[in-house]
Amino acid sequence: MSSSVATMTAGEIAALQARFPEALSTDRRRLWIHRTVAAGVVAYLGFCVWVFDITFDRLFGGLGKMWIVVRSMLIWKDMATWDYLGIFQGLAETLGMAFLGTFVASLFAVVIGFAAARNVLPNRIVHHSIRRFLDLLRGVDTLIWALVFVRAVGLGPLAGVLSIMVSDTGTLSKLYSEAVENVDRKPIEGVRSTGAGNLKIYRFGYLPQVLPVFLSTSLYWFESNTRSATILGIVGAGGIGMQLSERMKVQYWDQSCFIIVLILLTVAIIDTGSKWIRMNLIGKREL
Amino acid sequence: MSSQTLADPDHGPGTSPVDRFERHRAEQHRERQAKTALYGALFLAALAGSIYISHFYPTKLAAGAPKIGDYLYDILPVLSAEHLFAGTKTEGSLAYWYFNMPKYLQLLLETVNMALFSTVIGTVGGFLMCFAASRNLAPNGWLYFVFRRVMEFCRSVPEVIFAILFVWAVGIGPLAGILAISIHSAGALGKLFSEVNENVDHKPMEGIRAAGGTWFDEIRFGVVPQVLPNFTSYALLRFEINIRASSIIGFVGAGGIGQELYYVINFNFYEEVSALVLLIVATVTCVDLLSARVRHRFIGKEQLA
Repeated sequence: MSSSVATMTAGEIAALQARFPEALSTDRRRLWIHRTVAAGVVAYLGFCVWVFDITFDRLFGGLGKMWIVVRSMLIWKDMATWDYLGIFQGLAETLGMAFLGTFVASLFAVVIGFAAARNVLPNRIVHHSIRRFLDLLRGVDTLIWALVFVRAVGLGPLAGVLSIMVSDTGTLSKLYSEAVENVDRKPIEGVRSTGAGNLKIYRFGYLPQVLPVFLSTSLYWFESNTRSATILGIVGAGGIGMQLSERMKVQYWDQSCFIIVLILLTVAIIDTGSKWIRMNLIGKREL
Repeated sequence: MSSQTLADPDHGPGTSPVDRFERHRAEQHRERQAKTALYGALFLAALAGSIYISHFYPTKLAAGAPKIGDYLYDILPVLSAEHLFAGTKTEGSLAYWYFNMPKYLQLLLETVNMALFSTVIGTVGGFLMCFAASRNLAPNGWLYFVFRRVMEFCRSVPEVIFAILFVWAVGIGPLAGILAISIHSAGALGKLFSEVNENVDHKPMEGIRAAGGTWFDEIRFGVVPQVLPNFTSYALLRFEINIRASSIIGFVGAGGIGQELYYVINFNFYEEVSALVLLIVATVTCVDLLSARVRHRFIGKEQLA
């Protein structure tokens, strides 16, 4: 590399290596660890290629097919005959599902969040059983809930609302209860010292502290739910995903592409809008 | 008081500091009320619209609620205390409930394997893209712009949609799911990686440049050693997310345990629904706990959002 190294003699280099063994000699043990890890990773990748039957033919034959799809996605034909009303109604359904699901889940979460907070209900058994129940609601993916609710209440956006509501009740309750656990004790003691009843303690001691956190958390999850609501329709739970998967099944690639672009735009707009609201109404707060 | 103060703001009875304070306060109060009313109205309009469009009516809910209850009751296994540990042939035993366990385990293994493999590929993809997509490291503005947009596209399109496309292209099976999850992961990780890169210390890079190193040398010896711990922990976080994704991506035929779950739900094999769902939740939770432990070794607890 640099000329100063080149002008050093081999003896000088050896002398320097002897003087600073830690900086200038290679650590054989570390080298071997690195080699073993690398060999392990390569072996794992090879194993995966074998077990998933990833062959050159499949991959590149598939890519050839993809090219046909991409091409027909980019050439939009017969745009006048597209069912715009259905598409935009699907989009509205998606937003409605996300909004209503988040809103109802937030209502539940206010109650459950307080109940699951250690400083409100100090009973260990109650605390743990509520937490595990919430873990279960959260652990089952929204799409699985959607599939279950489609079975129970039929195809359509109602199943989507219910699935978002249930899985978000799990998430929001947990986050809300953490907010309640992190409150400052001093205002609460102050309110209590004035002789206020329990209800007033919650209203004037807890609520002003936790409400901004609740609001910004819910808004953030509305954002994320808009994203998940776009795909709920794939299992029949209403929204734009239903329009999209119907068109993909019959290989209307150009219309599918239009819907995907629409989804990306909507998600971007909701993201920006909700970020703006969070900044302006609630103040900057890291989640 | 107000009419006179408005007519003559500097003289008269309304000019004492207290009065001015009161006026200012009333003004602010009115402004606040107007704002609250506006946002409240907007909120109510959005709420009404959502209720209308998603048919969230009390009558429909009342009709649906018992059905939901019935369904949840139906998928619960029949377990009896005396036969709990009996064989697969006895109704009421755990073994009867999980009679299909060998198949489940095989699918579960496939699911975890899909998630791990896609995480590796996605990490490599994100790693390759992230340096050109960091504002401070990008060799030129064009590359920066192109890589940013590519990554944005990869992470904005939901995995399931990619999966439907790939099922069409490479056929039903795990390969479609792997491709879909890998692309999504590469986009998401690339963004997180490039954010790490943007906070990197520039002194090592300058040293390498001074010694005559190329752009690649700068990245390899100046940036990578600084960012590798964060990259590792983000990749692990992505693995947790990908476990969830790979367990549901089978709904569209892209392999993993989701395919089986879709099948048993649609064919109303009630007890198998709860068996599979519990298995998935347990797996996801275990992986979360394990990976959280490993992650905290690479990076402090606080730094991960």
